[in-house]
Amino acid sequence: MASAGAFARQGVTGRRAGRLGWFTVLVLVVDSSTPAVTAALVEVTVSGVTTRAYRCTVDARAHGELLAPQVDAVLADVGARPADLGAIVAGLGPGPFTGLRVGLVTAATMGQVLGVPTYGVCSLDAIGYPAAAGEPVLVASDARRREIYWAVYDGAGQRLVGPEVGVPTAAAERARALAVTAAVGDGAHRYADALGLPLRPEPQYPDGNALAALAAERIRAGAPGEALTPLYLRRPDAVAATARKPVLP
Amino acid sequence: MADEPLILGIETSCDETGVGIVRGHTLLADALASSVDQHARFGGVVPEVASRAHLEAIVPTMERALTEAGVTLADIDAIAVTAGPGLAGALLVGVAAAKGYAVAAEKPVYGVNHLAAHVAVDTLEHGPLPEPAIALLVSGGHSSLLLVDDLARGVTPLGATIDDAAGEAFDKIARLLGLPFPGGPYIDREARAGDPAAIAFPRGLTAAKDLAAHRYDFSFSGLKTAVARWVEARQRAGEPVPVADVAASFQEAVCDVLVGKALDACRTSGVETLVIGGGVAANSRLRAMAEQRAARHGIRVRVPRPGLCTDNGAMVAALGAHLVASGVAPSRLDLPADSAMPLTTVSV
Ligand SMILES: [Zn+2]
Repeated sequence: MASAGAFARQGVTGRRAGRLGWFTVLVLVVDSSTPAVTAALVEVTVSGVTTRAYRCTVDARAHGELLAPQVDAVLADVGARPADLGAIVAGLGPGPFTGLRVGLVTAATMGQVLGVPTYGVCSLDAIGYPAAAGEPVLVASDARRREIYWAVYDGAGQRLVGPEVGVPTAAAERARALAVTAAVGDGAHRYADALGLPLRPEPQYPDGNALAALAAERIRAGAPGEALTPLYLRRPDAVAATARKPVLP
Repeated sequence: MADEPLILGIETSCDETGVGIVRGHTLLADALASSVDQHARFGGVVPEVASRAHLEAIVPTMERALTEAGVTLADIDAIAVTAGPGLAGALLVGVAAAKGYAVAAEKPVYGVNHLAAHVAVDTLEHGPLPEPAIALLVSGGHSSLLLVDDLARGVTPLGATIDDAAGEAFDKIARLLGLPFPGGPYIDREARAGDPAAIAFPRGLTAAKDLAAHRYDFSFSGLKTAVARWVEARQRAGEPVPVADVAASFQEAVCDVLVGKALDACRTSGVETLVIGGGVAANSRLRAMAEQRAARHGIRVRVPRPGLCTDNGAMVAALGAHLVASGVAPSRLDLPADSAMPLTTVSV
């Protein structure tokens, strides 16, 4: 298992070397909160966040099949081994439950094996942060059942409200009250009519580089890893058992 | 022994998060986290509740298993995981976890059939399984009779339930009698004080006319209705319900059908070994009746201890060890979770 990869040396010595100014951590980023299944390898340095390899496949029904091969592929793309990773970042959702869990369990199990910290980021932030362009924006992803997961961001990409789940018209009403001038994300496109806001084309899905950027301060500080708790926002569909129906007429 | 492969097994097909570690036929660790208490008030397993619990439990359960076995993931030779059949969302957590462990530790992964794993777990207690064998797998989610000709490559389904699973029938009758969920252990306990011959409940699919088409199939829905009618009639007449007698008579009817059909399959196929697995195999009457009746026909019954009959990670590890020893190739990293995985598929 001994890895002599260049990233391993940097990963191990990164924190001390940081004071010398050449701090680099190789970070795996995963997100499966939307129909897009994303794996990225990102280099976090003192001053920047650089994407080294990126795989994204849009297929709402195959998160479990797609993610692990994509993680394998991004590692192969840069000639790195898993042991070269210094941290893992995962999108916490909100998102449809079954797919969302794939990314979180992948990140958690890999972090356990490698003994590296895992950091969670709200997946909507990874749309709102790169989409921010000086004016407030509504981010929406598809929550199925004619609802959206949504949040509102200020012009600098900071979340003001959310994440919440609900019908598009209710989200639009809140957004207008916050002087939002545009909507972004696959849910915004799908429910464009109900939202009635001008659309920004990109990003449609959580951006891998943005996920890493939003965790970069924690990575640089060597902050302790976090349990990756999904943002479900909905309770499980379950009804308590009711009285048994008699079989006799 | 130390050079036999070290295999990790992950099970999440229903409400138990299981991680087991075996070396050959030796069980080194069997860690389990159950969400059963969270389902009790719903009277059955709620899939989304189970899936959420698996996500929370998988890392700590793995930690416990590794500690118990005194090994690290770097020592493991292969990872086996239940790929189906089972609850789709629950399976997916285990499969994704197995892949995460496999990718990070650079180990091969085997996606395996849950039912074949119920058969394989017996090798941890009783050594290699003679083939062919007949397997009776009975739990809250499945009731199957199979011919095990090659546990590494494929088993032949002989029959299955056409309505409720055997364990489901136990749950429903327990509820009828005011006993807690899951019903199996409570019915078993009540039945010990009852008379199994007190009430003649029907034996599903055992009449001559049913045997032609359903010789090895099971049906428990008619039995369930018969018990409900009997109990309700008592209640309406204002008479007390003899819970112990109802439990014993119901349990006797279930076991009679299960054992009768399993031994019929053994005799007809000329097979001398019967393996019983699944949660209902923990039932004391089923175990005793199978032993008794099989002995008359020179058939050997193999039932693992109750803790290995219910869903666990050790059974998956045991099947994984058998696959590795048999030279079966590992699965691809894009292996899917398949909630309806057929019995003829042992690994994907
Ligand atoms: Zn089972």
